[in-house]
Amino acid sequence: MSHQPTTLFDKVWDAHVIRKIEDGPDVFLIDRHFIHEVTSPVAFLGLETRGIDVLFPERTFATADHNTPTINQHLPVADPLSANQLKALETNSAKYGISHWGLGNPKNGIVHVVGPENGITQPGMTIVCGDSHTSTHGAFGAIAFGIGTSEVEMVLSSQCIMQPKPKKMRINVNGVLGKAVTPKDVTLFIIAQLTTAGATGYFVEYAGDVFENMSMEGRMTVCNMSIEMGARGGMIAPDETTFNYIKGKEKAPKGDAWDQALAYWKTLQTDAAAQFDKEYSFDAADIEPMITYGTNPGMGMGISKSIPKATDLEGGVATYAKSLKYMGFEESEPMIGKKVDYVFIGSCTNGRIEDFRAFASIIKGRKKADHVTAWIVPGSHIVEAQIREEGIYDILTEAGFQLRQPGCSACLAMNDDKIPAGKYAVSTSNRNFEGRQGPGSRTLLASPLVAAAAAVTGVVTDPRELL
Amino acid sequence: MAYDKFTKLTSSAVPLPIENVDTDQIIPARFLKATERKGFGDNLFRDWRYNNDETPKQDFVLNNPIYTGKILVGGKNFGSGSSREHAAWAIYDYGFRCVVSSFFADIFKGNAINVGILPVQVSEPFLEQIFLAIEADPKAELTVDLEAQTISIVATGATESFAINGYKKHNLLNGFDDIDYLQAMKEEIKAFASAKAY
Ligand code: SF4
Repeated sequence: MSHQPTTLFDKVWDAHVIRKIEDGPDVFLIDRHFIHEVTSPVAFLGLETRGIDVLFPERTFATADHNTPTINQHLPVADPLSANQLKALETNSAKYGISHWGLGNPKNGIVHVVGPENGITQPGMTIVCGDSHTSTHGAFGAIAFGIGTSEVEMVLSSQCIMQPKPKKMRINVNGVLGKAVTPKDVTLFIIAQLTTAGATGYFVEYAGDVFENMSMEGRMTVCNMSIEMGARGGMIAPDETTFNYIKGKEKAPKGDAWDQALAYWKTLQTDAAAQFDKEYSFDAADIEPMITYGTNPGMGMGISKSIPKATDLEGGVATYAKSLKYMGFEESEPMIGKKVDYVFIGSCTNGRIEDFRAFASIIKGRKKADHVTAWIVPGSHIVEAQIREEGIYDILTEAGFQLRQPGCSACLAMNDDKIPAGKYAVSTSNRNFEGRQGPGSRTLLASPLVAAAAAVTGVVTDPRELL
Repeated sequence: MAYDKFTKLTSSAVPLPIENVDTDQIIPARFLKATERKGFGDNLFRDWRYNNDETPKQDFVLNNPIYTGKILVGGKNFGSGSSREHAAWAIYDYGFRCVVSSFFADIFKGNAINVGILPVQVSEPFLEQIFLAIEADPKAELTVDLEAQTISIVATGATESFAINGYKKHNLLNGFDDIDYLQAMKEEIKAFASAKAY
């Protein structure tokens, strides 16, 4: 056996390869497969058409999230198409013996929130789901990425995926983050530097003391957005923070199995001499609270800055003009002071307990701006319970906010939570594409602190002024 | 056999010279509610194609009858964003069999091949030439030859080769898909999986 220095990514990938196809992809085993109601029905239909079975039903987990209402979840789902998809998930799961956390189940929530919080997500695993933000699970030192429906069918039927091995990139961020600079700002900053295609073809490892000092929630926020710079996924080497988070969770290994797992997890580090195909380094001190002004997540800037001029761009000027026109913004304008109509806090990017703590830290003792509609949507029932236990619920209510029920909600606006055309929403989700939050909606991506500052002032506001 | 074979295609093309066309534009989320793979072509580029009152937007290329064909030519970074395979279904269902761009987002590229659409990645200058050729003559034809891995502009004869891995090429040429391949190696998979910790 050779002892070539390898990266964390190599270690996990290589341990799962069953067969290498010459001039083709690797066939590799998937440890955990998450499914939800939107991208799985056609995959199950495919199994039926081909007359094949689910190979390892106990390695797939189903939860309903994309299409679920965030109020009155005890009532029947009004939209017949949504109801139909939820029903299909339930029926298919029952038919093939897949564990299903449907609407109303105390463990229900957004797939990338419930996986980690129940201990399903563990270091060294390969994890896929028919949702591009599956990269979230990389925060645990897993290889996790989004797949299409054909691949969902592939994993159901064979527990395998066929992919060529991506190239490797490392992104280092060192130093101390400034006041009100959160993991969301770190990721929006990185994407703004790399652009939305800057990491296409790569799998990213995040390294440096900024990530080492980050909580699991923060690491999940960063890995979640890896896809927004085109990367297949992102990962962070597991450490004590990771192990402490997993320990005791329902599906975490127990007893001897825990000790064994831990010994293995501790080997999941990039060797000092390992090589990456590309490497970037950033200084934490250069990162401010961020906000996006355009129609892709790479169009972000420090909140105190002005919208860049087209002449400062490297290309794509026509697309840039189209984007600003859609947003109703002009080049060189500041973002501070822009009127905000909606605030959305939630999604698999920022729908965890720390995000609501951050939000509460600003709204406490203040009031929601009258003209702002706020959707406060926990990522799961477990998060919702924490919000109540920690007294955040009371802070929200006193400030004039209402807590909704878990789901993807306005992140992709498949349910009723749609931002109306032309309205501006400060959103803690991950995508600001045209119409993402409803036809004609205008999204400003930001951290929970920036969202809170907008919610109480009614305009884009630097959260550093309120802390 | 999962879809029609792809060998050689000569067709006029529909130009979409916009960069970063994301899958939310290709098929907005509100059209993802089906439980069958049918009818997605009607909602391809829905919000670019129709006004709120369902009337067609005259200035959008799919509403311009001059442009037809089985090839869609998009700007750089085509298919970014959401992993929804519905985007590829919509493109296929509308009648396209090939998408040309100077750069594709990863997941979209994989999804496209999985549903039988050939993604052809060309150089920026060649993409420019294609757009110019279509601008000069909306009926200008392109030939995509998968066996030879080339794409040419018929009128000018300009040709460029494109890359595709041998395995995927074989699949497209024969109309096979990955599931066919994996079914054939099920025993090997089971043995590997049972030997692993998880
Ligand atoms: S919250 Fe948004 S990104 Fe996350 S799983 Fe739901 S739809 Fe996907």
